[in-house]
Amino acid sequence: MTWILANLGLLGERLLAHLGQALPPIVLAFVLAIPIAKLANSRGWLRGGLTAGAGLLYAVPSLPLFIVLPIVLGTGIRSSVNIIVALTIYGLALMVPSASEALRSVSGSTLQSATAQGYAPFARFWSVELPLAGPALVAGLRVVAVSTVSLVTVGGVLGVPSLGMLFVDGFQRNITAEILSGIVLTAALAVALDLLIVLGGRLLLPWAHSRTGGGR
Amino acid sequence: MIRFDHVGKTYPDGTTAVEDFSLTVDSHASVVLVGTSGSGKTTLMRMVNRMVDPTSGRVLIDDEDVAAMDPVKLRRRIGYVMQASGLLPHRTVAENVATVPHLEGVSRRRSRSRALALLEMVGLDHKLGDRYPSQLSGGQQQRVGVARALAADPNILLMDEPFGAVDPIVRAELQKELLRLQSELGKTILFVTHDIDEAFLLGEKVVILKPGGVVAQEGTPSQILADPADDFVETFVGSGRGKRALHLEEVDGRQVVVDESGRPTGVLHAAPESRS
Ligand SMILES: Nc1ncnc2c1ncn2[C@@H]1O[C@H](COP(=O)(O)OP(=O)(O)OP(=O)(O)O)[C@@H](O)[C@H]1O
Ligand SMILES: [Mg+2]
Repeated sequence: MTWILANLGLLGERLLAHLGQALPPIVLAFVLAIPIAKLANSRGWLRGGLTAGAGLLYAVPSLPLFIVLPIVLGTGIRSSVNIIVALTIYGLALMVPSASEALRSVSGSTLQSATAQGYAPFARFWSVELPLAGPALVAGLRVVAVSTVSLVTVGGVLGVPSLGMLFVDGFQRNITAEILSGIVLTAALAVALDLLIVLGGRLLLPWAHSRTGGGR
Repeated sequence: MIRFDHVGKTYPDGTTAVEDFSLTVDSHASVVLVGTSGSGKTTLMRMVNRMVDPTSGRVLIDDEDVAAMDPVKLRRRIGYVMQASGLLPHRTVAENVATVPHLEGVSRRRSRSRALALLEMVGLDHKLGDRYPSQLSGGQQQRVGVARALAADPNILLMDEPFGAVDPIVRAELQKELLRLQSELGKTILFVTHDIDEAFLLGEKVVILKPGGVVAQEGTPSQILADPADDFVETFVGSGRGKRALHLEEVDGRQVVVDESGRPTGVLHAAPESRS
């Protein structure tokens, strides 16, 4: 406990660094997955390939990827660009199949009806298909967020500052409080992001939460 | 006026849904296409608003080939109602009704007040406007679908089995409501159903289709009833030896209408004030 109180500044710094590495890949994976999934859905063979490919990607162990990626990208091994790219890849591996499913779950007759009312193709995608895929997209995003927050810790092993460094350092110097605070803060961050996403979903997709038959 | 001029449709997978179909729907008239499942009714209807492009022949609206029109603009000036109402689940009822005005850039306030007025016109309380479609009954949703189709005040209404998914009592109400609306608004209506009773009730002209969009018979309900073109029509209409061959029996001094199999189907009254 005394260690924690003495190192509040360090904890805060690590937490912020962690968040800084987790947010860009979460956002990037989400934003990139949607057009990729849309494209994949329009070509049968591509969809099968991408879903299988995504599964394989996710099976690539993270530590080697973190080490190999800088060679490909030409960045330093401790650069946060490296971490962000690696985590975006993992995020995509989760999000593309889930976005593809989400878009496919939108009822075809609703889309046809939108076309019949005079929605132009992009307007139909943007204001009908995407919002209707919303609840399923949010579910996918939650998984990506939690997984990304926990994967950021791997960077700690390589010496990239994040909450992961707390447990690496804690193990080396045998400070239990440091290990525990690293674990607890990582979990708390994951839960907090998850809650934010759920709340955001409720605000943006109010219709998805009023499925009752009665009045109001 | 809508004119189908020798249209045909073969889908990319090789299915020929319509072989060679011609029909004229006069302005302000209501024409019903009726036929068994897969006879090409939806395909024909969707040629009018270019959701399906014919592979041969052409469709003309007021003598203008629709193929030359911008499909999005064309669709905005044609009302379309479909079976499962097709309302947007993420928009409130009022927003759904205001879809086309909204797409056309009419201000939110104006399109909303028009939407609420339309709800009343199709017999719904305007308070329902702030609900989501999933919070309405099937029959109410269909009414909203009709209101939405009317929102841009189109000349043409396409209705693809709009009342197919509701129970018979609600369906009868909706049919009555449509007749009332039509007598007030005088739209050009192309209506699709596989219910022959509905066709005879709503259509000034009825077109009976065989698979492949082949016209088995085209005429007014009474023409078809009185003089079915062939066995197919006769079976379809059920007039051969069925419930439409009725006779009278006197029971307790009242005239009871009895069908072919001897089941009473109603009581005969003096003719009401005629409707046409
Ligand atoms: N997009 C499509 N691709 C291939 N075939 C199609 C397509 N749409 C319809 N068909 C086929 O064309 C034929 C006519 O279909 P259509 O939907 O026009 O029939 P329908 O008379 O409206 O039937 P229902 O009463 O069941 O709605 C059917 O054999 C159907 O399988
Ligand atoms: Mg159909």
